[in-house]
Amino acid sequence: MKDMLVQVEPLIPALRRYARALVRDRSAADDLVQDCLERAVSRWHQRRDGSVRAWLFTILHNLAVSQFRQTIARGRHMPIDDAGEQELVSAAAQEQRLIYQDVLSKLAKLPEEQRAVLLLVAVEDLSYADAAAVLNVPIGTVMSRLSRARERLQQEMDSVAPGNVVALRSLK
Amino acid sequence: MNQRPITEDDLHAYVDQVLEPERRAEVASYLDHHPDVAGRVAAFATQREQLRGALASIADEPLPAELNLLHIIEGRKRRPRWAWGMIAAMLLLGLGGLGGWTTRSLLQDGSNGLSSLAQEAAYSYSVFAPDRVRPVEIKASNSAELTQWVSNRLKQPIKVPDLSASGYRLMGGRLVPTSRGPAAMFMYDDDRGDRLVVLTRPMSNPNLATPMMPQSTGDVAGLVWAEGGMGYTLVGQLPGDVLKPIANEIRKQARPI
Repeated sequence: MKDMLVQVEPLIPALRRYARALVRDRSAADDLVQDCLERAVSRWHQRRDGSVRAWLFTILHNLAVSQFRQTIARGRHMPIDDAGEQELVSAAAQEQRLIYQDVLSKLAKLPEEQRAVLLLVAVEDLSYADAAAVLNVPIGTVMSRLSRARERLQQEMDSVAPGNVVALRSLK
Repeated sequence: MNQRPITEDDLHAYVDQVLEPERRAEVASYLDHHPDVAGRVAAFATQREQLRGALASIADEPLPAELNLLHIIEGRKRRPRWAWGMIAAMLLLGLGGLGGWTTRSLLQDGSNGLSSLAQEAAYSYSVFAPDRVRPVEIKASNSAELTQWVSNRLKQPIKVPDLSASGYRLMGGRLVPTSRGPAAMFMYDDDRGDRLVVLTRPMSNPNLATPMMPQSTGDVAGLVWAEGGMGYTLVGQLPGDVLKPIANEIRKQARPI
């Protein structure tokens, strides 16, 4: 049990971040993480060798996906445009904050599978192999989704209103 | 020296900073000579920085109590699900040696029909509890009508158990068909949306009385007992030690005053 505590506890903040970026609702995301941790505790001895990080993200990702499916089956759309962006950024300065809100609302327009791969690789620093394991797809699929995600996000960012272009350029 | 061609994968790996130093240098020199590609790569790198920046603060927030791993580990120790599962498996499979055989004989159909009742409750639970549109036919707001209907059909006065002291509100109920005619099904939920089902019907032996037994079908667990010829069962997706006190409450309330 101590072994588990030492290996799992430091990863909880990253799990929260991934869940929240994926479902965009603080309490729903934390519920997912809680489910994930409960499963991890009960299945700790069943995990295979390999990265604990990838194993935890796999559990979390599968929970999130099955929740998406349930939500779709219920005929209710995920709150994308109205899910409080303020919750996602709190400490950032105002201009930075606008840029951050902008990138997150554009990320939200990506299909779920592209969003997931971009978050796992670019934000959570999973290796391509670990991301492939989490998503249960070949590495080639990870690479093509990553490529499509980045192109698509760039298209979204390029099509912003003129005022925001200035803000984006000033960052570069 | 012939250099391997630069691939799209290399460009992404460059953005994600996972290339070996040697390859990284090759990609960098390629980008120096291809400004259009370099522009795309720079844009991807900007995206990456913005996403990381936008989400960084979430990982800095203090963890809420529900995500305290120690609490989760300790919570599991208090609720040994495996013990509950073992008892249920023993009863279902009849593999429990002498103890298992004795309890199994109590539960077997032909002896008293309690295992049928438990199974019927599990089926009702799996059909109606996940139903978001109409889990019950008569809602709690019409509980007088519900009580009268099920009492008429079961040909005896049925009391709807009040589980509010355990944190469960009556949602309503319905009649369900069973191997011995109609049974009254009542459904409850708590603030988290966890649902419980109580099923009751007359048993073939009008004087049957048994102690409370654990029962489970798939991931639906429950308790079943009989008193005064009526069979009762409480089922839900909760550990046995959470269900037990609720079942005790139902048994107490069902007794004639």
